[in-house]
Amino acid sequence: MNNKIHISSSPHIRSKITTSKLMYLVIIALLPTTIFGIYNFGPRSLIVLLSSIVSCVLTEFIYQKAMHKPVLVKDGSAALTGLLLGLNLPANAPWWIGVLGGVFAILVVKQVFGGLGQNFMNPALGARCFLLISFTSIMTNFPQIGSSSATPLAALKAGEAINTKDMLLGFTSGTIGETSVIAILIGAIILLWFEVIDIVIPGIYILTFVIFIAIFGGHGLDPMFITAHLCGGGLMLGAWFMATDYVTSPITPKGRIIYGVLLGVLTGLFRIFGSSAEGVSYAIIISNVFVPLIEKYTMPRAFGPKKGGAKS
Amino acid sequence: MNKYTERLYNGLIKENPTTVMLLGMCPTLATTTSLINGIGMGLCTLVVLVLSNIVISLLRKIIPDEVRIPAFIVVIASLVTIVQFLMEGYFPDLSQSLGVYIPLIVVNCIILGRAEAYASKHSVGLSAFDGIGMGLGFTIALGILGGVRELFGNGTIAGMQIMPKGYVPISIFVLQPGAFFVLAALIALVTYIMSKREQKKREKAAAEAKTKKPVKAKAKPQVQTASCAPSDCAGCAARGGCGVQIFAETARAGLRDNASKQIVNGGEPA
Repeated sequence: MNNKIHISSSPHIRSKITTSKLMYLVIIALLPTTIFGIYNFGPRSLIVLLSSIVSCVLTEFIYQKAMHKPVLVKDGSAALTGLLLGLNLPANAPWWIGVLGGVFAILVVKQVFGGLGQNFMNPALGARCFLLISFTSIMTNFPQIGSSSATPLAALKAGEAINTKDMLLGFTSGTIGETSVIAILIGAIILLWFEVIDIVIPGIYILTFVIFIAIFGGHGLDPMFITAHLCGGGLMLGAWFMATDYVTSPITPKGRIIYGVLLGVLTGLFRIFGSSAEGVSYAIIISNVFVPLIEKYTMPRAFGPKKGGAKS
Repeated sequence: MNKYTERLYNGLIKENPTTVMLLGMCPTLATTTSLINGIGMGLCTLVVLVLSNIVISLLRKIIPDEVRIPAFIVVIASLVTIVQFLMEGYFPDLSQSLGVYIPLIVVNCIILGRAEAYASKHSVGLSAFDGIGMGLGFTIALGILGGVRELFGNGTIAGMQIMPKGYVPISIFVLQPGAFFVLAALIALVTYIMSKREQKKREKAAAEAKTKKPVKAKAKPQVQTASCAPSDCAGCAARGGCGVQIFAETARAGLRDNASKQIVNGGEPA
């Protein structure tokens, strides 16, 4: 016998795509949004972005060193978390907000639960909600863009006039990354093109949300109202970049649909019936927590065993 | 360590109700928004716990086994009512901020747990010390929780400004999620320290055993086991002094099978 027979356990077919390649691809897809954010809000937004990225990467590095674990900072997941967190902060936040958020995202949400692949909710959004609860006034104090410092959603809720064209292009107030729908959609197309994400979760999410708004929004099918809700706030950024996070979204086909519906309904509930104008981050982290349950009840049946006969 | 100090150590560290047994989580999470609130809650529980342990220990031979839980609850509830009125009379502010959690001490599982597990089976003195240990352990844990939460969430400790002026309070610490964060961190820290100490103790014991082992081994004769035949006895180091004598005799008597089992179990050097 020759020695060419190589015995190994499954999986036998391996993709050339690695974790770090995926992470860097998502970071590239976020570049249009990032660049637009810096253009829209000026150089101070760069400080916010850098503080959160550096904080995430350093926290991951220090934690893995201190715990004698392999240092996996180069895979880009911490940098991506930092970038997403920075894009979810207002541009005039002080630098320590980014640092504190980064430490919370990596240490409390990600590493304590076992690191990459083990976090039970999106670290960037977990940290954003932590900051939002802790420093409400800082986190909702948005810089003035154009004539108003109110976010379009807040203006909409207050019954003021809004300009949907500016919202589409992104010349409005809000967090650094959420304003330009066009820039986010360019990133989303990159992700879809390279098959990093599939359209099920964001598609169902947005569809459910539109239906919910049409039924309960009080404006019926008014296209201006629906466009404003679609383009305003963090819906686009959340739907394409954060609800699709591999770790915190279901892997079962049915589960992905349920997850999308849950996201849409929760976002609609928070926006229409909640006291604050925005609810995407809470909708996503609450849905994240439901993912294990959704996966448990939508697990596809193995081929072969009779119904109800196979007990794993 | 005598049995009284052992009770104190048990309540404070070894079986600390908050960090080890995770009992009484409701007041732990809900009332520790500041150092004063945490310690106040802890001391209220301490008083009720010591008194209920004493009373229940005194009554332990009178209370019929079938109705012991209602009897315990009546005792505890009476004591809690006394404490509640005293708090309202002498510490109205603290009583106000602890609110409903003072009457809820009645259903605190630390108190019923100690009554059931300890006071109903042990003497009055020991039960009192058990209550003091458990109560102090609870008070200290709640004090630490309250202090940390107040420091980060408000910048103060017991109302005094500690953090520099520019510090922006992280208000999540005084809200409900902060209670879980700080409690988790405290439990992790205590568990870490305990396991380190345990490890050191084990290493020390292992090192001692290693140094002693060769001496022991020399003293013990090399004993042949069940496989030896009666004739081997003379050549064996034990020379029949290890019980194999019986083996040899019983073998001669034709009971070899039975005896060999005995030797396997009892004759081997440990």
